[in-house]
Amino acid sequence: MQWEIVIGLEVHTQLSTQSKIFSGASTAYGAQPNTQACAVDIALPGVLPVLNYGAVERAIKFGLAVGAKINSPSIFARKNYFYPDLPKGYQISQFELPVVEGGSIKIQVGETEKIVRLTRAHLEEDAGKSLHEDFHGMSGIDLNRAGTPLLEIVSEPDMRSSAEAVAYAKALHTLVRWIGICDGNMQEGSFRCDANVSVRPRGAERLGTRCEIKNLNSFRFLEKAIDFEARRQIEILEDGGSITQETRLYDANRDETRTMRSKEDAHDYRYFPDPDLLPLEISKEWIERVEVMLPELPEARHNRYVEDFGLSSYDASVLIATREMADYFENTVKQLPAQVKLCANWVMGEVSGRLNKEGIEIAQCPVSPAQLAELLTRISDGTISGKSAKDVFDSMWQGEHDGSADAIIAAKGLKQISDDSEIEKLIDEVLAAHSQQVTDYRSGKEKAFNSLVGQIMKASRGKANPGQVNTILKKKLLE
Amino acid sequence: MTLSLDDVKRVANLARIEISEDEAQQALMQLSGIFDLIEQMQTVDTADIEPMSHAQDMIQRLREDVVTESDQHMLFQSIAPQVEAGLYLVPKVIE
Repeated sequence: MQWEIVIGLEVHTQLSTQSKIFSGASTAYGAQPNTQACAVDIALPGVLPVLNYGAVERAIKFGLAVGAKINSPSIFARKNYFYPDLPKGYQISQFELPVVEGGSIKIQVGETEKIVRLTRAHLEEDAGKSLHEDFHGMSGIDLNRAGTPLLEIVSEPDMRSSAEAVAYAKALHTLVRWIGICDGNMQEGSFRCDANVSVRPRGAERLGTRCEIKNLNSFRFLEKAIDFEARRQIEILEDGGSITQETRLYDANRDETRTMRSKEDAHDYRYFPDPDLLPLEISKEWIERVEVMLPELPEARHNRYVEDFGLSSYDASVLIATREMADYFENTVKQLPAQVKLCANWVMGEVSGRLNKEGIEIAQCPVSPAQLAELLTRISDGTISGKSAKDVFDSMWQGEHDGSADAIIAAKGLKQISDDSEIEKLIDEVLAAHSQQVTDYRSGKEKAFNSLVGQIMKASRGKANPGQVNTILKKKLLE
Repeated sequence: MTLSLDDVKRVANLARIEISEDEAQQALMQLSGIFDLIEQMQTVDTADIEPMSHAQDMIQRLREDVVTESDQHMLFQSIAPQVEAGLYLVPKVIE
């Protein structure tokens, strides 16, 4: 039987506010345990939550970026469960009327484009952290993370493969950083995915029983966990068994998912509107203000690169991986508008490659877009060859001659010989010294031509413009 | 809607409230009374009335996104039963 995999994703993005969602404690990462957990965060009796303007504004930003409806009023609810890192005994979240409802994200897998619909995105507070290392048989609780604002983004079950799920997660990851609502740091837990996975016979209408895989904190784990889980479910069904709805955990070391808790002891969260918080009203004016603040979105840029710059869809999608990279590329193009493809190739090739190798972000790139444009100008006007350009780039990266391409070219004597008479002189010398090959070529041995080009390049120590050498040599051999 | 004794016990368990058989019986009677009242209220036609999510007809005020709290963990932890390395210690919980 042919099986179809059905995937929906829940992504928790940590909003990049200074303070917590309901208190004035700091959200900075990496502080000493409990030094950023105030009376509200640790739920001392009598404290009251006060909602953070910045958290709401980031949620609105996201809603507008995905074309969703912004609910007003929007209400907060208590999600009740007991766990030591949740000191109130409930998490403040949203149930009915989340801030963001609907919307969609466009993804691309290979050559195929697809729209993934969003169900909703709601604001909520994060819980603290439990440390299960041995504290004399006890657990340690750090409440610094308690109350950190999260936007939980829930998709419809629109994805049909792990590749689509990863493409969606990556598109979302790009978008939240692009609009500046989340730093996207997956190691620090700022962007965490849960995947709902089920399988059904291809063509079937009804969804199969799903399992939820929790806390996937890398794209690779997301892909592997979904692949494992789908295989597991298909095997069970093909053996005549049935799937139990449950929450599962992905174990990266063993590359498998295993039961965390089953439906029977699943939580009954008993959501109800939080009496400590009044309905949130989001005015039309506020939404309009946020709309003005929104930068040009990745999808719009992608389309512009394809339509106005004539780049391939693939190139465009590589260049918009981050807003910083896209800006770097465009700032380079601004200086060299006639050579868009050359700029794209260098940003995606040399620049990205070097950044990856050194493990730094494009913001820290030692070669500025203007400096790169200067180098690329020298390639396009024939001053230097593409090969020596890489040497020049290397020197620019090291900061030689203040990163000036022209100064480095002059200092290293890399300037191409593009003067016709100088090249003719070189060619004449080589032809005189290699009369045998000239005879060979004239008697029809095409190969002799390449050998002569090689000799000429050698004689010029690689500096002769290869295009001109070809043209002039051809002309001379016909004489 | 009629509430059963099992419902009461389940809710008590979810809320981590230990109740005796007698207390459960008593809670069932009291809660049933509340449900009767709700049933009575539900006969009122509210078709054209927008539901309120809060008893007060006011809207939420917002705080500016600035850090206003300082570190007081020593004070807070002075009343904690057990503390180590800045952490609150609790009986081991592993899901």
